[in-house]
Amino acid sequence: MNLLPIIDVGLALLVLGIATWTIAAREVFGAVVGYVVYGLLLSLVWVRLYAPDVALTEAAVGGGVTGVLLLTAGARLRSGGGKEAGEATGLPLRVVAAVLSLLVALGLAAVVLFLPEPPATLAPEARAGLAATGLGNPITAVLISYRSFDTMLEKIVLVLALTGVWSVAADGAWGRAPAPIGRMAPDGALTLLTQTLAPLGIVVGLHIFWVGADAPGGAFQGGALLAAMWMIVMMARLAEAPRIDARWLRLALIAGPAVFFLAGLAGVAWGDGFFSYPPGFAKPIILFIEAFMLLTIAVTLPMLVAGPPSKGAGR
Amino acid sequence: MTPAVLAGLVGAAVVGLGLYGLIVDPQPLRKLLAFNLIGSGVFLIFGIVARRGAAAGFEFDPVPQAMVITGIVVAFAASALAVALILRLSETSGGVSLDPAVWTKPDDKGEKGDGQ
Amino acid sequence: MMGATTPGGFLLVLAILLPVGGVLLSFVLGGRFAERVALAVTPLGLALALAIAAGVAHSGQPLVYAVGGHPPPLGIALRADGISAVMLVAAALIFAASGFYARAKFSTPPGVAESRAPLTFWIMLQAIWAALTIVFVSGDLFNLYVALELLTFAAVPLVCIDGRPETLAAALRYLLFALFGSICYLLGAALFFGAYGTLDIALLAQRVHPLPAVWAAAALMTAGLLAKTALFPLHLWLPPAHANAPAAASAVLSGLVVKGSFFLLLRLWFYVLPGLPAPAVGAVLGTLGSAAILFGSVLALRQARLKLLIAYSTIAQIGYLFLIFPLASGAHSWSADGWSGGVMQILAHAFAKAAMFLAAGLLAESLGHDQIAKLTGAARKMPLTFLTLGLGGLSLMGLPPSGGFAAKWLMLRASVASGQWLWALVILAGGLLAAGYVYRILAPALGDGAVALKAPPQRGREAVALSLALVAVALGFAPNSFFDFIEIGRPIVMGTP
Repeated sequence: MNLLPIIDVGLALLVLGIATWTIAAREVFGAVVGYVVYGLLLSLVWVRLYAPDVALTEAAVGGGVTGVLLLTAGARLRSGGGKEAGEATGLPLRVVAAVLSLLVALGLAAVVLFLPEPPATLAPEARAGLAATGLGNPITAVLISYRSFDTMLEKIVLVLALTGVWSVAADGAWGRAPAPIGRMAPDGALTLLTQTLAPLGIVVGLHIFWVGADAPGGAFQGGALLAAMWMIVMMARLAEAPRIDARWLRLALIAGPAVFFLAGLAGVAWGDGFFSYPPGFAKPIILFIEAFMLLTIAVTLPMLVAGPPSKGAGR
Repeated sequence: MTPAVLAGLVGAAVVGLGLYGLIVDPQPLRKLLAFNLIGSGVFLIFGIVARRGAAAGFEFDPVPQAMVITGIVVAFAASALAVALILRLSETSGGVSLDPAVWTKPDDKGEKGDGQ
Repeated sequence: MMGATTPGGFLLVLAILLPVGGVLLSFVLGGRFAERVALAVTPLGLALALAIAAGVAHSGQPLVYAVGGHPPPLGIALRADGISAVMLVAAALIFAASGFYARAKFSTPPGVAESRAPLTFWIMLQAIWAALTIVFVSGDLFNLYVALELLTFAAVPLVCIDGRPETLAAALRYLLFALFGSICYLLGAALFFGAYGTLDIALLAQRVHPLPAVWAAAALMTAGLLAKTALFPLHLWLPPAHANAPAAASAVLSGLVVKGSFFLLLRLWFYVLPGLPAPAVGAVLGTLGSAAILFGSVLALRQARLKLLIAYSTIAQIGYLFLIFPLASGAHSWSADGWSGGVMQILAHAFAKAAMFLAAGLLAESLGHDQIAKLTGAARKMPLTFLTLGLGGLSLMGLPPSGGFAAKWLMLRASVASGQWLWALVILAGGLLAAGYVYRILAPALGDGAVALKAPPQRGREAVALSLALVAVALGFAPNSFFDFIEIGRPIVMGTP
């Protein structure tokens, strides 16, 4: 199997090439498309690094949802008629930037290639604690058990980001729904695609969430897929974005962090301290928390892409 | 050349590329793209740290991988916030420029009516 | 064992979960409930901060909590030592003051279920509190990264809460600088993990050696945190952001938010890396700090708007903070003075600056503008407000009695005792320049002249601003036990230059 190193090198070169295109492309649209392709290729690199969970997340969130965000942004900028700040950068700055970037890249490569041996690792500790959680996927164990505090805070970060996005709305538009993603009128082909794809995507997303306890997957990856399906439905105008003051929306957005928060508090009662789990009963609680995290991620990501409430949304 | 070594080189190169794009391109949306590129390079560095940590029957160290997953989601949230600011700035001012000369003159006469 | 939970450690988790719960409740209940939740959280947060301080003082050791029952290296440990406790108490007081002050401006109007600016303000205020609490008590570098992101996402929307294009541009620039800082920090964390397999501060301190990876990690994290702390020359984002935010937000931004990233620099260099031979670091950071003092003060002198002057003054006062690096490293006889001076500067500046921004806000509301040239005679009409500005200025100048004086006195003593005369000269020069810009504000106001008040300032809000300034002055009377307290938990390494 001597083919693999060649494929690896080829993949690396392709990734670098697309990354260069992303920086060098003249138009925002070209650059963003390049970035989406880069994200998808990067997931292949992650697979080669034995990181399927990360590959799924990178493809779904890093490439997919970020791509929609940036494409929508580019489209809204263009249609708003705003001029893009246009003066081209002079050559001296380019040369300085190129030299600096080269030095940084070389320095980083050197440091990374010569990290101390033997490599320090937490895999043995992670393995040792796995039995107590009842999980088979060590990454889920890290996210929801060993370092659950980080994950809960990260969900709060998402709520904050959404509040920040909403806060740039005009005062008069507060409470309304965000403007539609993409301005297309309902279109036959897009409707057909959505009606076929969305149910499938939802099933796959739920499956990825469910198996995440013991195999690659989990709430983040499944939630990102569900989020993508809702975004497709909104883009095809088969459903509209909800009003931001809708009570169900607010509840869905905090369900994940709130359940995590309450479970963390309850840890004092049923485990040995905050954010701990009762021995032997950890897995059901973890899945319960993850289910609400799934809901929150599936609702938060599309609302982040949809943007602040808008007067023109008509509701 | 193991995949880990290759990924490390790619990560370093992508960080450099992103840094160049960040410095050189004046448009905020392109700067944001460059940021995302740098971020993905940093995550790759985490990735090779994880791969080097193969032990105890795992092919990888799960802790850095979990950190990358958290980081990807946080980076997306940051991009969303930046996009919202960029779009709103473009709407209210007709052009997105971060040129400090436009917005902050050191001896500003206070004519902008700061009523707070 | 290092990461084992100590009695009283649970207070640390409660201190974090309180404002987090407040954010969640405010978000889902919305409307005017957000304000009520925030104001309810305030006294509870202060009580928790005081309880933590009492716990640390009582045991003489840091309070530790291993979250989830998983101690490091696998899990996250929270660790509150002397400086954590004083920062928690200071933050609680400033948040209480800003919250009370902001009620007049950020109340939901009657007849409206929910309004944009009030909801945003109260959620972001609690979020900043949560983020800063984590910054002060977390012992894990990745947990601190998430806290830094939380801090950024909460602070940025406050800058542009009024929606004007200038504030949007300032907020965007702040966000880009902050993201640059976060990425550098994260890269540094990746290298630390790659070298040692843990991101726990105490464990890293035990394992650290002078390796290229460690130098690179230290340099990257420092660069990132310098960008977030707005140290010269990475200070460009701060003046427009702090000057154009609403007064209550500016008080929190200048008083506390920039101190958060500085606190992490202290953790990095005094807790993780004290075993590393790095004499040059103190010199470099001290030089940049000196440049900030001189540059910031000179620019402050040239400002026409009061809030911009106060913002540039923040840049200058941040420079003093960085003198802690050359003055407090190692285990010399003067290091304790350097450390005490630096920590006192953090506290004194936090209270003085918050007081001055709140006072400037009152001024701008009452007069309709904040142009310094048109302040003639204003002190007669608003005596309490100008007393606040005066007392705050006293601390900034470093005149007795005030916390600022105590800070600068300690730093002067340390620099003279260590033979590093340059810093002494810079401190004195900075004091003179600060006197210059404080004089610029006060002299015309105390002179003859008449200004027309659009509306008289509210006594309650004036009292709140004044009370913060009085705390800044009271810090000057801190007893020796205070300086012993802030040494609790600090690792001191023998023989490091």
